[in-house]
Amino acid sequence: MKKLSGGSIWFETPLSVSAFASAAGPKENDGPLSGKFDFAAEEPCIGEDSWEKSESSLITKTFGKAIEKARLAPSEVDFVFAGDLLNQCVGTVFGLRDFKVPFIGVYGACSTMAESLALASVFISSGLGQNAAAITSSHFCSAERQFRMPVNYGGQRTPTSQWTATAAGCAVVSPKAQPPYITGATFGTITDMGVKDSANMGAAMAGAAYETITAHLSAHGTHPRDYDLILTGDLGVVGSGILRDLLHKDGVDISNVHNDCGLLLYDLERQDVHAGGSGAGCSAAVLCADILPKLQCGELHRVLFVATGALMSAMTAQQGESIPGIAHAIEFTSKVTN
Amino acid sequence: MNVTKKEYEELNKSRSPKSKLQKTLPKAFVAGGVICAIGQCLLMLYRYLGLEEETAGLAVSVTLITLSVLLTGLGLYDKLAKHGGAGTLVPITGFANSVAAPALEFKTEGYIAGIGAKMFLIAGPVIVYSTVAAVAYGVVYALMK
Repeated sequence: MKKLSGGSIWFETPLSVSAFASAAGPKENDGPLSGKFDFAAEEPCIGEDSWEKSESSLITKTFGKAIEKARLAPSEVDFVFAGDLLNQCVGTVFGLRDFKVPFIGVYGACSTMAESLALASVFISSGLGQNAAAITSSHFCSAERQFRMPVNYGGQRTPTSQWTATAAGCAVVSPKAQPPYITGATFGTITDMGVKDSANMGAAMAGAAYETITAHLSAHGTHPRDYDLILTGDLGVVGSGILRDLLHKDGVDISNVHNDCGLLLYDLERQDVHAGGSGAGCSAAVLCADILPKLQCGELHRVLFVATGALMSAMTAQQGESIPGIAHAIEFTSKVTN
Repeated sequence: MNVTKKEYEELNKSRSPKSKLQKTLPKAFVAGGVICAIGQCLLMLYRYLGLEEETAGLAVSVTLITLSVLLTGLGLYDKLAKHGGAGTLVPITGFANSVAAPALEFKTEGYIAGIGAKMFLIAGPVIVYSTVAAVAYGVVYALMK
C-alpha cells in the first residue's frame, strides 16, 4: 500500500471483494436493475412498524446475505465499516446490533459506500484481518421525514430533485484471491461550490466529483480512456452534466465512459424520479447488484467508482448555508498482473 | 477547481431543467377550480337541505377538510397534489393535508412527542403569521375607527 499525491492510495498488492450483496425496495426493483438484487422488498415498510426499522432491516438482510455468500460467521468478520443518512447513523447501528461484529460507524452522506470500502481496503491491506465489510443503506421514507416533508404531504418536487433510494449494498474486502479486485482509492476533499438549493444535490456534489476524479487520474497516472466505466453516484441528470462540462474545460472527455448510479437505478421517465436517484444506498446497491457482478465475470475490466455525498443537515440548509460536497473513489479491476 | 463559483452557478443554471410552466399552471388552475367548484356545489346542497347561509359555509369547510384528511390517510392526496400543485395547496384542503400528513408521519414517536408536537410542523408558521397579521389589521382598524 502506497500513499500517492492528494488523498490517493495505491494497493501494490490488490485486494479482493470476496462477496457482495444488495437489497432494494419495490420501486427500485421495478427499475432497470429489476431481479438483480439479493433481496427485494414487496412493501416499502418491509414488515416493520417504523421507517427507521425498515431501513435497519435492509442492513440486516444485506449484511446477512453478504457474509452467507462469503461463507463467514459474523465472528469471522474482522471489521464492519458502515453508515447511512439518518441522524447518528441509526439505520446501520440498529441493523447490525445483533451481529456482535466490530463496528466502525462512517458518515459520508451518499459517498459512504466508497468511503467505507476505502477504509476496509486500507485495514485489510495493512494486514489487520482477513475480512472487512463495507455496508451502506438509505430509505426513501426515513430520509424524507428527516430531511424534507412527511411522505403524505402534498408538495411538488422540483425538476432538479432526486429520489432517495430504498436500497442497501454490502461488500466484503479480503486479501487478494479472485476478482473483482480493488487496486486504488482516493479520499476526496470537502468541496463547496456555493449551491444552496437542497433540491439540487447533483449540482452541489458535481464539483467534489470533479476534484476527486481529477486527483485520482493524476495520482494514478491514468486517463478516462483507460477505464470501461467511470461511475459516479449519485449526481443524477444535472450533476452528471455539470461534471462532464467541468472536465471538458480541462480537455478531458468522459462522456463515452461515464455513467451515474442515480441514472442506472431508475427508469427516469416511467418512474417519475425527476433528476434521478440518490441516497447512500443508491450507489451501494448499484455497485453490488450490477457493477461488481460484471467485474467478477469479466464483462467490465476497469471501473472507477466515485460515490458523492452532500454534507449538509436540514438545519444548516435552513440557516442558509451552502451545501458542501464530497466524493471518494475506488478503483476496481477484473484482472491483475501477478 | 477550474471554474469560479460564479461560473459554476452559470453551469448549474444551464444544466438544471426548469418547471414546465405551460403544463403546471393550467393543471394548478383546473385543480384549484375543481376543488372550489366542489365547495360551491356542497354549499348549494346544504342550502337546499335547509341550512342557514353561515352554517352551510361552515359545513362546506368541515366536509372539505374531512375529505382531504381521508384522502391523505389513504395516501391519495399527495398523488393528486403532484399534479394539482398550488391548486391543491392553496384551498382549505391543502391546509388540512399539511396537518394530517405530519400527524400520520410522526405517530411512530408517540402521541405527545410525535403527533402532538409535530402536527403543526408545516401549518404552524401559517397560523403564527396569520395571527400576527390579524393583530396588525386589528390595530390599524382600531386606529382608523
